[in-house]
Amino acid sequence: MESFKPYTARYAVLPVENIDTDQIIPARFLKTTSKVGLGQNLFSDWRYNDDGTDNPSFTINKPEYQGVEVLVAGNNFGCGSSREHAPWALQGFGFKAVLSTYFADIFRNNSLKNGLLPIIISEETYQKLVASDAEAAGEVEISVDLASQTLTLPDGEKVHFPIEPFAKYCVINGVDQLGFLVSADDDLTTYESAHAPRVNTAGLL
Amino acid sequence: MTAAPQTLFEKIWNRHIVRPESSETPAVLYVDLHLVHEVTSPQAFTELRERGLRVRRPGQTVATMDHSTPTTPRGKDGIIPVLDAQAQAQLTQLEINCRDFGIPLFALGTENQGIVHVIGPEQGLTQPGMTIVCGDSHTSTHGAFGALAFGIGTSEVGHVLATQCLLQSRPKTMEVRINGSLKPGVGAKDIILAIIAQIGIGGGTGYVFEYTGSAIRSLSMEERMTICNMSIEGGARAGLIAPDQVTFDYIKNKPRAPKGAAWDIAVADWATLVTDAGAVYDATIELNADTLAPMITYGTNPGMGIPITGKIPTQKDMIDEQSKAGLEKALKYMDLAEGQSLIGKEVDVVFIGSCTNSRITDLRQAASLLVGRTVNPKVRVMVVPGSALVKKQAEAEGLDKIFLAAGAEWREAGCSMCIAMNGDQLKPGQYAVSTSNRNFEGRQGKGGRTFLASPLTAAATAITGAICDPRDIR
Ligand code: SF4
Repeated sequence: MESFKPYTARYAVLPVENIDTDQIIPARFLKTTSKVGLGQNLFSDWRYNDDGTDNPSFTINKPEYQGVEVLVAGNNFGCGSSREHAPWALQGFGFKAVLSTYFADIFRNNSLKNGLLPIIISEETYQKLVASDAEAAGEVEISVDLASQTLTLPDGEKVHFPIEPFAKYCVINGVDQLGFLVSADDDLTTYESAHAPRVNTAGLL
Repeated sequence: MTAAPQTLFEKIWNRHIVRPESSETPAVLYVDLHLVHEVTSPQAFTELRERGLRVRRPGQTVATMDHSTPTTPRGKDGIIPVLDAQAQAQLTQLEINCRDFGIPLFALGTENQGIVHVIGPEQGLTQPGMTIVCGDSHTSTHGAFGALAFGIGTSEVGHVLATQCLLQSRPKTMEVRINGSLKPGVGAKDIILAIIAQIGIGGGTGYVFEYTGSAIRSLSMEERMTICNMSIEGGARAGLIAPDQVTFDYIKNKPRAPKGAAWDIAVADWATLVTDAGAVYDATIELNADTLAPMITYGTNPGMGIPITGKIPTQKDMIDEQSKAGLEKALKYMDLAEGQSLIGKEVDVVFIGSCTNSRITDLRQAASLLVGRTVNPKVRVMVVPGSALVKKQAEAEGLDKIFLAAGAEWREAGCSMCIAMNGDQLKPGQYAVSTSNRNFEGRQGKGGRTFLASPLTAAATAITGAICDPRDIR
C-alpha cells in the first residue's frame, strides 16, 4: 500500500442513498482471481448501456468529470455484500476517497485496508458539496489532509473528519495490518496454548 | 465480589481477546472457525504466497464451492458441468489453494458441498460461543447458535488465513426483542423483514444484534438462522441468539459436534452463554409477533418491505429528501407505483433457495403448499437446495417429487439466483418472488426485479402466478 500524501482534487457527486456494493460492482464481475482491472466494471449497470456503450447521462461519463479523484455519495454508501472488489473497483477507476454522511461497516473496513479513504461528512457539508457541484460541475476542488483529518471545501471552509487512530496510522504510513498481526505472534501463541481449538476440520471432504 | 452482569456478546468477545484494544490499536480477536469460498479468497491466497506465509490453522478452516457453481443437472458421468471458463478458473484456483495450504474442501459435486452458511451448521462446525468469520456478509447466519459470526473482506480473509486473528474495534450491542407468537402463515423471514423495514438498512450499523423474546425462543434452529442471516441487511455485522435446548438438540450427533464426555462438558458451558440479568445493551428495539403478517419487499433494498396485505408507501410517508428520491428511484426501477397493492402482481420467476431459506425446513414449508398442486405455467419456479446434504434429505422425504410434479425445477445445490453469478438469472424487466436476502438493482440478473418473501409466500405465488398471501391458499 502506498503511503498517503495530502492532495487537492476535483470531485463528482452521486446523490443517491444506500448505494450498495452490487451497484458499485455487480456480482458477475467477481469471477476474477485478481484485484486488477476492476475499474472498468465500476458502477457497470449504471455506467453502460445494454449494448456496452457509455451511458452519457451517468455522472462520471460526462466530459466535465473526467479525471475526478473524489466521489461524494448519498447516505449509507457501500451497504450489502462484503466484496472487497468494491474498493478495488473504485481505486481502479482512480478514486482516492469517497465522502458520505454514513458508510456501511464492512465497506469502510475494506476501503481503509486498501488506502481508499471513506470520509464521513456532516449533512451540511454534503449539501454544500452538492451545491458547489451544481454551480460548476466537475470544476470545483476539495483538499484532503489525513494527518490533520481536515477537508478543505471549495469555499475554503475547513471541516474535520473522524478516523480511528490505527487506520489513520496505517494509511498515512502505507503500513498494512497483516504485518501488525503477524507481529502479535507472542500473544497469539500464548492465547492458543491456553485455548484448545474449538473444532477440527481435518479430514472433511 | 460477583462479576458484573454481561451480555452474551461480551462473554463471547472477552473469551477471544488475544490482545486487548488500546487507545492506539484495535483488539486482536481470535477466530475459531474460518469458512472460505471461491469468490472472496483467491486474492488472499495470492497475498500469502507473495509474503511466504502459511495458513496458520488449516484444521480450523474449511472451504466450499457455492457462489459461481452451476446448479444444472449432472451429466451421465455424475459430474456437474461448468460451462463458464472464468468460473471454472476460479474454482480450479480454490482447489489449488486448498491443496497447497492443506485446507479441507467441499468441491463441486461432492457429497458435503453447499452454500457456505449451510455447511457449517450441517457439519456441526458451528457451535455456541465460537467466533466464526467468512469472506461473506451473511456469515451472521451462524449467530443463531450463539456464535459471534460476521463477514469480512478479502484482506481480512488473508489476515485470518495467516494468523487466525482479526483486528476489531468493539461493536455496540442492540437487543432486538420479539415477544408474542406467530400466526399461521407467518414465519421467521417475515419477522426479519419486518425488523429491517422498521429500522432501515443502516439502522444496525456499528451494532451486534441479540434477538430475544418469546417469539425467538419458540423458533426452530433453521428459522433462527433465517433471522440471523439477514442481520447484515439491517446494517449489523452480526446477530446473536442465546443457545438453549433447541440449539443443543440440533447440534447433537452432527459429524463434528463434541462426542461422549466432551459433549456434556460443552453443553454445560454453552448453557452459560446467555445475557445476564441486569446486563445493559447500548440500544433496544421491540417488535410484536402477534400482529405480524407475511412480509414482502417492493423496492430495491431489503428495508423496503411491507405487510403483503399493505400498500407501497407514498412520497408523503418519506421523512426527508434523500428518502423521497430513494423511493422514486426504486419504484422507477421496479416499475411500480406508490400506494399500489402488490397482491395479484404477476411474476415471471419464483426462486426458492439461498442461505436465508434453502434448508430442509424451508423446503418442507414450500412443499406443504405445492403438494397436490401445480405451479402457474407462466412462471419459472426454481427450487435450489442449500447443500448436497439438504438435497439428499429432501429426496429421501420425497420433496423433490412434489416439486417436480408441481412443475418446478429441482436443482443442484448452490447460491444460484441469489447472486446470479452462475447463469441462473433473471432477464431484464422480469419480476421474481425470491426467498433470498437482497433485492438490490440487478442482484438477480441485470434489469431483474426482486420481491423478497418467505418460502410460503414464494410457493403461494408459484401456484397462482401472481403475488399471493399464503394464508389465501386453502
Ligand atoms: S446464497 Fe446468496 S447471500 Fe447466501 S452466501 Fe450465497 S450469494 Fe451470498
